[in-house]
Amino acid sequence: MNDVTPIRTKAENALLSRFPQVKAGLPGDASIRHLRDDAFASFEVSGLPHRRIEAWHYTDLRSLLRDAPDLAVVPPAHVVQRAAEHASVLDQVPATRLVMVNGFYDTNISTFGLPAGVVVKDMHTALGQSEPLIASHLGAATTTPDPLIALNTAFMNGGVIVTIAPHTKLDLPLELRFVTETVDAIAMAPRVLVIVGEGADVTLLESHQGPDGVAYQTNAVVEIFGAEHSRIEHVRLSAGGNHAVDLSTLAVNLQREANFRSLHCITTPGLARHQVFASLQGEGIAFDVDGVALLSGTQHVDTTLAIDHAAPGCTSRELFKTVLDAQATGVFQGRIMVKQIAQQTDGKMMSQAVLLSDDARMNNKPELEIFADDVVCGHGATCGALDDDLLFYLMARGLPRVEAEALMLAAFVGEAFEKIRHDGMRDVCEALAGTWLKSRSTATKQA
Amino acid sequence: MLEIRNLHVSIEDKKILNGLTLTVHDGEVAAIMGPNGSGKSTLSYVIAGKPDYEVLDGEILLDGQNVLELEAHERAAAGLFLAFQYPLEIPGVATMSFLKAAMNSQRKIRGEEEMATADFMKAVRAAADKLGIPQDMLRRGLNVGFSGGEKKRMEILQMALLAPNFCILDETDSGLDIDALKVVSEGVNALRDPKRAFLVITHYQRLLNYIVPDTVHVMAHGQVVKSGGKELALELEATGYADYKTLAA
Repeated sequence: MNDVTPIRTKAENALLSRFPQVKAGLPGDASIRHLRDDAFASFEVSGLPHRRIEAWHYTDLRSLLRDAPDLAVVPPAHVVQRAAEHASVLDQVPATRLVMVNGFYDTNISTFGLPAGVVVKDMHTALGQSEPLIASHLGAATTTPDPLIALNTAFMNGGVIVTIAPHTKLDLPLELRFVTETVDAIAMAPRVLVIVGEGADVTLLESHQGPDGVAYQTNAVVEIFGAEHSRIEHVRLSAGGNHAVDLSTLAVNLQREANFRSLHCITTPGLARHQVFASLQGEGIAFDVDGVALLSGTQHVDTTLAIDHAAPGCTSRELFKTVLDAQATGVFQGRIMVKQIAQQTDGKMMSQAVLLSDDARMNNKPELEIFADDVVCGHGATCGALDDDLLFYLMARGLPRVEAEALMLAAFVGEAFEKIRHDGMRDVCEALAGTWLKSRSTATKQA
Repeated sequence: MLEIRNLHVSIEDKKILNGLTLTVHDGEVAAIMGPNGSGKSTLSYVIAGKPDYEVLDGEILLDGQNVLELEAHERAAAGLFLAFQYPLEIPGVATMSFLKAAMNSQRKIRGEEEMATADFMKAVRAAADKLGIPQDMLRRGLNVGFSGGEKKRMEILQMALLAPNFCILDETDSGLDIDALKVVSEGVNALRDPKRAFLVITHYQRLLNYIVPDTVHVMAHGQVVKSGGKELALELEATGYADYKTLAA
């Protein structure tokens, strides 16, 4: 029998030839190099994930990823300056800002002076200095083997390590701002560790922005560790360029009585896969992750969740709202796993999608995997058009169809935004949705 | 003035209106009565512009303008108002924001200035007080969790604020107890005006004790089969619709 030669795509070949070229220049001691080699070896075997792999059935990265551009380098001062000049929807929210330009933390354009109890280290530097927090935490938030985490681990060179001391209560949110400033396609692999101490109370904002028309690629991994009784609110805005590829993973690891809630709002990137892996390790954890995706054009946006109930008496809530116009494709995959030990788990997952066009497509795949017998778990998925009778009611009061739709869609996504605790961020998210709905109404008028 | 001439309408190939002709003059309150299935609600939806219906022939003129060429929101801006038999619940859309959006959209279509928020709030409060609608109801989702009576009062509130020149009340009495019926009727009567006409659709004469019509029209098989003054309603209450069911057949 002949040997089978796997056919590699252009992007796979680019990645395969790049790693040996750049690895000597990537930061890290022997243990980090070992980590990178191992991670890359798994990629060499499997290649980019494709539709025959269950978890990637609806997002065939092998065919969707056309190329793998060069890895970003630490940006020179003038690039950082240009990045600092970009406005952000988060500018109106008072916060302690940590700014990453092309994935690299830059103290010059970040908030000067950190609040008491907060320590921030540059990941690029820390990787080269045998940082103990890397040894103890990097890759530890989730045990789920994952191709995006593996690729990030192989190429990671930017990001930050944030530690928040026990019982710290931050008055202002801590913002992780990722700004891509480039005219050429580049690839970025920032890695972030956020280690929240026992009883600490923080709001984390994460925003991603970049230029339209540039096929840059981000593969960010953010690992959040919440110690016992910590209280964390996380809001992530993905507003990358319209040609951007935005791959990201949020891995959350929580201990006893931790309270974590997160909202993910996705509007612009052309292709996005956003993964949330949560590991509920102690009793009495409250975990809530919600999302809103507003999609149009030929956007393809995938949200994939895996919530692992590994301790008794935890609750998890997931509410995802997707609005799809034109030829957009949405994917929601959500899995709640309840280990045998995790009795009295209370889990509820809901994905709701509204399709505004005949050509839009939504793939919903909720899953439950339960090994305990005393649990309350449920999931639901809905997919449909806006109710014609409701639209007629609004139109009969004088609202043009597109405005009637906007009113109903704002209410539809508003249900997820309502769960945000931080008032300023709720306003920002509602405004983002408002802008999206307005641009849709303008486009309809012109057509 | 609303003129309906020889209106033929079908839905999903089922013929509902068969050459209906009706004129309602400015300031007039016209009642439409008729048995179930005679096409009363279809008539109200077709006038308001619900898309599901196919108009096969005829025209509907509002002050000389053929409204069949207009979309539902343009008809509203032109002065048509339909008070729904079953007002819909729209969760998440606050009543106040909806009212403001509707008012300003109509103004925009007519080329008028948007209403200042303070003026708008004042107008809403005044109208709500008259109808006994508490302020907290206006902050809730539109019609969400409202009782039948509250929903109908909300319809009249909208009518009062949007100040249309032609109002259709589609079985406004259904689901109302006698007290709610009085409140709603008083709300409607307060809006009677020499320049405003009403088409009141109902099964029963009862509503017409409170909203006294100038003319009464009996519908059967998608046509107006008899017209008369308010005494015709009393006559129907005594005799029922049996005679009319055969009349048009």
